[in-house]
Amino acid sequence: MQYKSQKIAWYFFAACMGLFSLQLIYGFILGFDRMGYDVLHDWIPFNTARATHTNLLVVWMLTGFMGAAYYIIPQESGRELWSTRLAWIQYYSLLLVGVVAVAGYHFNIWEGRKFLEIPRPLDYLVVVNVLAFLLNLFMTIWKGKNKSTTAMVLFFGLLMAALLYLPGMYTFDNIVHDSYFRWWVVHLWVEGVWELIMGAILSFLLIKLTGVDREIIEKWLYIIVGFTFLSGILGTGHHYYYTGAPGYWLMVGGIFSALEPLAFLGMALYAIAMARRGGRNHPNKLALMWTIGCAVMSFVGAGFLGFAHTLPQVNMWTHGTLVTAMHGHMAFWGAYAMLILAMITYVLPEMTGRKLFKGWIPEWAFWLSNIGMIAMTGAFAVMGVAQVYMERKSGMDFLEVQESLEVHAFGLVLAAGLFTLGIVLFIRNFCAYGLPNDEVLEG
Amino acid sequence: MLTKSAAKTFFLGGTALCSIAFVLLTMDTLAQFPDRSNQEKMTPAVVRGNHIWTKNNCMGCHTLMGEGAYYAPELTKVMDRRSPEWIAEFLKDPERMYPGRRKMVKYAMFDPAEVGAEEAKKNVDDIVAFFTWVGEIDLNGFPAEPDMAQAPRAQATDVPPSSSLAKAPVYFSTVCIGCHAVGGQGGQVGPALDGVASRLDADFMRKWISDPQSVKPGTTMPDLGLEGEDLEAILDYLATLKE
Repeated sequence: MQYKSQKIAWYFFAACMGLFSLQLIYGFILGFDRMGYDVLHDWIPFNTARATHTNLLVVWMLTGFMGAAYYIIPQESGRELWSTRLAWIQYYSLLLVGVVAVAGYHFNIWEGRKFLEIPRPLDYLVVVNVLAFLLNLFMTIWKGKNKSTTAMVLFFGLLMAALLYLPGMYTFDNIVHDSYFRWWVVHLWVEGVWELIMGAILSFLLIKLTGVDREIIEKWLYIIVGFTFLSGILGTGHHYYYTGAPGYWLMVGGIFSALEPLAFLGMALYAIAMARRGGRNHPNKLALMWTIGCAVMSFVGAGFLGFAHTLPQVNMWTHGTLVTAMHGHMAFWGAYAMLILAMITYVLPEMTGRKLFKGWIPEWAFWLSNIGMIAMTGAFAVMGVAQVYMERKSGMDFLEVQESLEVHAFGLVLAAGLFTLGIVLFIRNFCAYGLPNDEVLEG
Repeated sequence: MLTKSAAKTFFLGGTALCSIAFVLLTMDTLAQFPDRSNQEKMTPAVVRGNHIWTKNNCMGCHTLMGEGAYYAPELTKVMDRRSPEWIAEFLKDPERMYPGRRKMVKYAMFDPAEVGAEEAKKNVDDIVAFFTWVGEIDLNGFPAEPDMAQAPRAQATDVPPSSSLAKAPVYFSTVCIGCHAVGGQGGQVGPALDGVASRLDADFMRKWISDPQSVKPGTTMPDLGLEGEDLEAILDYLATLKE
């Protein structure tokens, strides 16, 4: 850590840990519902738990990206953050909006549009909040000594993410219309500009951890984000097969989304190749493990498992089944959760001066969470494929099929327990580091 | 070897090209939406039904056009499976229709006892109008008919009633038929009722329909609170179903 103002990143990461924990609790409520133990139904019905689970995910990931940006941008620009005060205001208002939105879901206050359930007045607050965030970054880069590619790609990614939030604030009486633009936000975020953010954070971590020349890392960053947009933008079409859009989307979406795994494969090969090439023997091996793990698991979860049901002739049967949950869980874990955890693992020793990256706790945190997530993905896969064949292909009654899947939901909850154990260890280690301090500032 | 500026050009050029293609396709798609979704049939009732659907986050459990949470049934073609009467009866108190099984939130707006008969009926009519409209959107063939089914599924509606079903009271031919079949028409959740009067006596059937749980605890047969004329009409009809 070189600048005092970078410390604010720690508070964003601490909020991440809290929101992530809450997300897991709601995940368990959903898992128990699927097992047939919907005892909380009267207070937290499935749709409330589900909206809370997915929205907390989005909020903690955005919080994590912001924390990462508040650390990376001053470092890359060679100066303090433009306004620490603004960053603090932005921090508290973001948390406030997040908490109010999630609390509202428990009282049937929402816009029932999957992933974008936040009610309209709060949407405006989110916009103001993100504008304050972007202004702060922009001024820091503008007044900074260097304008590095990594910082520019990160800023561009965050800016595009903010702009793409706007089409989702537009609602239409015609659901076909509404659904079309809802995917502009959801798809173009996670399979577009979020990957830009991911690429930038990955390249920052690789520069720091492997010591490979910045020019080489940033050159490949361009190639990979180039592939991401080549496949991802028109790949939006895989959401338009069966939601009222014209038939040519089957062709366009099929071809371009079939290319999406290539971007993720590129990302994985890039991370592994840079780590091999790197001469620097950075002591924080664990941060490198999370970094490489992120690149590999995002290929498996987002690339490979996404491809598994992205072709229209497959998607005709899997669209709207638990197969989507199989892909979704590992994709978000690999691409974004592991990325933020990698960033946190790298940043904590830098900020606190403690070197707690050795020992059993952080290592088991890595392995248990990953094994747990792989097992959860397996359980979702079994449930999803069984649902496709029983309900969609054989025409069995919906409830009968779901009841026959309850035993697999039990397997899902067991795997989730393992995953949670890993996360608990991670948070335990996070707490052990303590608060960031100024004594570790590098001259 | 590739230079950094060439890589940058690839990124910016590729992104620009794809974005332009995406915007052009979007313009064409938007132009086709009114036709593909029969926008002229979007009556005020359809729009109100849409608002009920989103305001209560129904896609937090159900799926519609395959979008939602896979915890409750896909509803795009629900009007092919269920009659408006069945939906009204179900929404009044979902747990009563599926005792002991996966639960749905009970919304006061559909319960005549809570908001009055008129308001409840209006809300049901709105949601039915919405589902009817959704069912006619051109979804490129989704959802596909099951292609591995052993026998063709019995259809609850859209088939002319057979001679024995033709005489049934409306409640029977719209609600009971969701689970029970007569003359090969109806659902397959409960047993077919052909010849039921030869197997069960009238007193048993009265007790069974009025309070299924007291006869067979844990049964999935719902207690729909039938009484008076409706109950008598159904019992009279069942008595005619002899072998």
